[in-house]
Amino acid sequence: MPPRRKNNAAVKVEDVGFEVDAIDSGSEDEARKRSKNRRAKPQRRAKQVSDDEEDEEDEDEAPRKRGRKKKAKPRDSDEDDEDEDKRSVKRKASKASRRRAAKDESDDESEEDREKRKRGGEATSKKGKEEQNKEKKGNGKRKEGKDKDGEKDKKKKNGRMNSSSSSSSESEEESLSEGEMAALKEEVEEKKKLIATLRNKPWRMKRRLVLLKEAQEFVEKFEGALGKGKGRKLYAYKVMMAKKLIKFKRDFENFKTACIPWERKIKDVESHFGSSVASYFIFLRWMYGLNLVLFGFMFGLVVLPEILMGLPYGSIPRKTVPREEQPTAMDYSVLFDFGGFCKYSFLFYGFYNNERTMGVLQFRLPLSYLLVGVGIFGYSLMVVIRTMARNANEGGDGAEEGDFTFSWKMFTSWDYLIGNPETADNKFASITTSFKESIVDEQENQKDENIHLRRFLRVLANVMILCCLGGSGYLIYFVVKRSQEFAEMKTENLSWLEKNEVEFVMSLLGLVCPPLFETIAELEDYHPRIALKWQLGRIFALFLGNLYTFLFALFDEVNAKLEREKSIKNDTEWLLNQYYSNYSSHFNTTDVPPPNADPADVVRGPCWETGVGIEFVKLIVSDMQVTYLTILIGDFLRAVIVRFLNYCWCWDLEAGFPSYGEFDISGNVLGLVFNQGMIWMGAFYAPGLVGLNVLRLLTSMYYQCWAVMSCNVPHERVFKASRSNNFYMGLLLLVLFLSLLPVVYTIMTLPPSFDCGPFSGQEKMYDVVMETIEQDLPAFIGNIFTYATNPGLIMPAVLLMLLALYYLNALSKGYQQANIDLKKKMQMARDEEKNRRNNKDSTNQVMKDLEDLLPNKSLMPPPTEDEPPPPGNVVVEKGSKSPKTKPGAAGKGVNLQKDVSLAAPNPRGPVTRAPGPRGGPHGNARGPQPGPGRGRGRGGPR
Amino acid sequence: MGNKQTTFTDEQLEAFQDCTFFTRKEILRLHGRYRELAPHLVPLDYTNNPDIRVPLTLITSMPELKENPFRDRIVETFSEDGQGNLSFNDFVDMFSALCETSPRELKTIYAFKIYDFNRDNFICKVDLEKMLNKLTKGELTPEEVTLVCDKAVEEADLDGDSKLSFADFENMVSKAPDFLSSGST
Repeated sequence: MPPRRKNNAAVKVEDVGFEVDAIDSGSEDEARKRSKNRRAKPQRRAKQVSDDEEDEEDEDEAPRKRGRKKKAKPRDSDEDDEDEDKRSVKRKASKASRRRAAKDESDDESEEDREKRKRGGEATSKKGKEEQNKEKKGNGKRKEGKDKDGEKDKKKKNGRMNSSSSSSSESEEESLSEGEMAALKEEVEEKKKLIATLRNKPWRMKRRLVLLKEAQEFVEKFEGALGKGKGRKLYAYKVMMAKKLIKFKRDFENFKTACIPWERKIKDVESHFGSSVASYFIFLRWMYGLNLVLFGFMFGLVVLPEILMGLPYGSIPRKTVPREEQPTAMDYSVLFDFGGFCKYSFLFYGFYNNERTMGVLQFRLPLSYLLVGVGIFGYSLMVVIRTMARNANEGGDGAEEGDFTFSWKMFTSWDYLIGNPETADNKFASITTSFKESIVDEQENQKDENIHLRRFLRVLANVMILCCLGGSGYLIYFVVKRSQEFAEMKTENLSWLEKNEVEFVMSLLGLVCPPLFETIAELEDYHPRIALKWQLGRIFALFLGNLYTFLFALFDEVNAKLEREKSIKNDTEWLLNQYYSNYSSHFNTTDVPPPNADPADVVRGPCWETGVGIEFVKLIVSDMQVTYLTILIGDFLRAVIVRFLNYCWCWDLEAGFPSYGEFDISGNVLGLVFNQGMIWMGAFYAPGLVGLNVLRLLTSMYYQCWAVMSCNVPHERVFKASRSNNFYMGLLLLVLFLSLLPVVYTIMTLPPSFDCGPFSGQEKMYDVVMETIEQDLPAFIGNIFTYATNPGLIMPAVLLMLLALYYLNALSKGYQQANIDLKKKMQMARDEEKNRRNNKDSTNQVMKDLEDLLPNKSLMPPPTEDEPPPPGNVVVEKGSKSPKTKPGAAGKGVNLQKDVSLAAPNPRGPVTRAPGPRGGPHGNARGPQPGPGRGRGRGGPR
Repeated sequence: MGNKQTTFTDEQLEAFQDCTFFTRKEILRLHGRYRELAPHLVPLDYTNNPDIRVPLTLITSMPELKENPFRDRIVETFSEDGQGNLSFNDFVDMFSALCETSPRELKTIYAFKIYDFNRDNFICKVDLEKMLNKLTKGELTPEEVTLVCDKAVEEADLDGDSKLSFADFENMVSKAPDFLSSGST
């Protein structure tokens, strides 16, 4: 049924166009001429087709004929058939020269007709449609021609048509084999398009299959026929390659979908818990993919080259455990804190050497390190923004909220993914509640009795939450400060708790605060959806505050370390100088060998980068532990207890107090987002962190899937994941930006350690870039770079960017305005349409007259037939035009395709009614319908 | 499937892939699912397109549809005879239309057909009431149901005939932020 509408729309457009024309010229005479013209044109066209066919026949008669007789190519024979039909009629009328041939062909075709009739409705309707399409095309051509030619020309043309249409078309025949070729090509293209879009059509599968087959056969047959001689071979080759390409693409597509992991697992979760829970897992999977790419960068460009081509462990101080740490370097407790061997392994910044190039490949590790560190941010930013843009494009065009409260609730509230009875029950309940809620809202919109109390409570709640946030921030600051004091002390005197205080406190806060917030939020008495947003915002603020407090504390530590490092650096330089002077004075030589000390004994600085990296890794690991333990205890153990203790307990545990846990979507999503933020921040100082994170996400996918399926119950209020995916992405983007800041700050301002890491010896980390530009690139690039970094150039660039921003902003505002206007216009058009339909009999007198003038009006079926046939009949397709109809007489216009509906499946034909008559009382003609089918411009399957 | 016997010819699979949003594997899996419903009815060998229909009751017992309040309507909509008996073609058609990748417009069309309980190509108040009762399992009072239906029609009806045509429906749904009716295979 929708196709019918669309077609109607197409008809409307044409009608309107015609109407305008008619009014322009105003004379009935003109209209009549035009209708004749319309009649003549398709005939001429048909003639061209047949002519071309004859040409082809001349070329190779035998195969052609065989092809025509073959029943296996119904489509094609239809085509010929119909063309010839028209043509033969035409011939009779015009008494042209080639009568004999025509007769031959009409014999031929009548035979085919018979066969085709046997084949039944399918083909018939198709034929009808083809004709309609042709009709449409003819119309289009006519209009174009008219537009181009002036009024005079038109008249002349019409006159020509009237008087000697046959001769004129005869004359055109000779010249038009090329045009015919183009037409055929176009047809083939159309068929191809049909094949490509077939899956988007609301047709029965059977019909689709048949159509597909026909279209494919048509394409196969005629693709080869296009092009001649050498060109033909080339063309055939091209076609073959195109086919191969399509096949390859499809295989690749299949392969790609096969590569997406956990599809069934997620679907499983989805059917049990609804799309909201599944959206978390999809997000997790997306995150996994992102991290895999980051991991690829990090390992491929930084870690592997250093391991394969760099110096081995123990060769230089930065790759060796210092002497005093060596006895405990392999202790489990030390390794667990990422001290000992871990600290001097490739996991951390300090391990990497500052050689400019290494190995046979002349690999520039420091440069690569810096670029990868920055590139990770760039890539993540790009991916996140692209995903966000894609998500934003989906979904509705953001209608005004509140316009369709009830309708939306009705038509879109069911989550079609639910396949679990319990979830379904919850969903039913939640839908009922939401309906009741909106009914109540509707009934008493402004009933708010104790507004002061509520306001007071909300303010109170916010004050309390602010206190919580401040307290947690201070706690973290305090702990980090204390940990620095502990770090000064001997490690032996410290207990495990004291050593891991920071991580412990942070995890604990993350564990305790969200439920606390939830409890406080009870005071506020918000609508659950708003409450969820508040909750998310507060947890976000908490995590962010904690993270930044942690960072600031870390910066204090880093500064302290830098101070210490400076003195150590001075000491070593002094020692070195002394050694040199001693050596040269002792042996009286200027060529001094480097000091011969074991790398484990060399005095070294604190290497603050590695310190920061260790902090981050520890944070991630403890976070992981806490998350997993929470799931194990809070979900699994609880579920076990509830399940088995229920047999011998005094109240119903399953329904009563502890019950089973629900999956905490917001908490989990935020946890994931912040985890990713820490990865982004820490990856620069600890290249191994990315790999660790990949492992973490992998395990957490399986673990959480298992946990959620085995020990959680569906939410009481099952809400749908409505575009919240972009909400997650927005959070992620914010976190990405916030984690970008400290890293870029350190890269740009802090001096790197003098004796560890790829940037040792440089003033600033980014100096490696300058060094590369100066030394490895041609001089003029360096020049360009100096010019580019000149403030005189940067200022204008910034200004220009600001201007561009302003311009784009203004532009988007303009588009928005245009959008609104268009919406208004559409609404108006709809209203007008409505009005016109309601009183169409009275208004359009002109059109009525036109309609009366149409020859053989009686052939047009009464409008009632346009109503859908009763449901149940399977393939009822009545092209109103039977194959026998003499097309010449009735004006080819009166082609009414039967109604299309799904209940009574006839959803095929573009109903292209006669271009002339409008206002045929079709009750269901609507405004233009955007849709998957064809608009007027696309042309239906022919 | 892992069987040695061929279920479809390559040609058939290609055709199905052209006509639906599924990959080869998914189509085979769908056939497996279809066959599971009525193993004695559905042959393994589908190369000659046997004309077999599986009745409505069996289809609606699938886990994907079991809990859906509109399951009968969905199956009826996609069945060629209107009675809810699905041939394999219809079956594939149904899942193709419901799957994630199918475009919104297609879904809108089918959704309209599904919600049109009395098949008059309009969603009228009777349809809405039926729908509402299915959605809420009849937990709203009759007055509430009438109120909601009136409100819904009032919101979405543009041409004032107090029933929703497809145009109205499309207009309304196209603005809905979360109109996604997907099914899993």
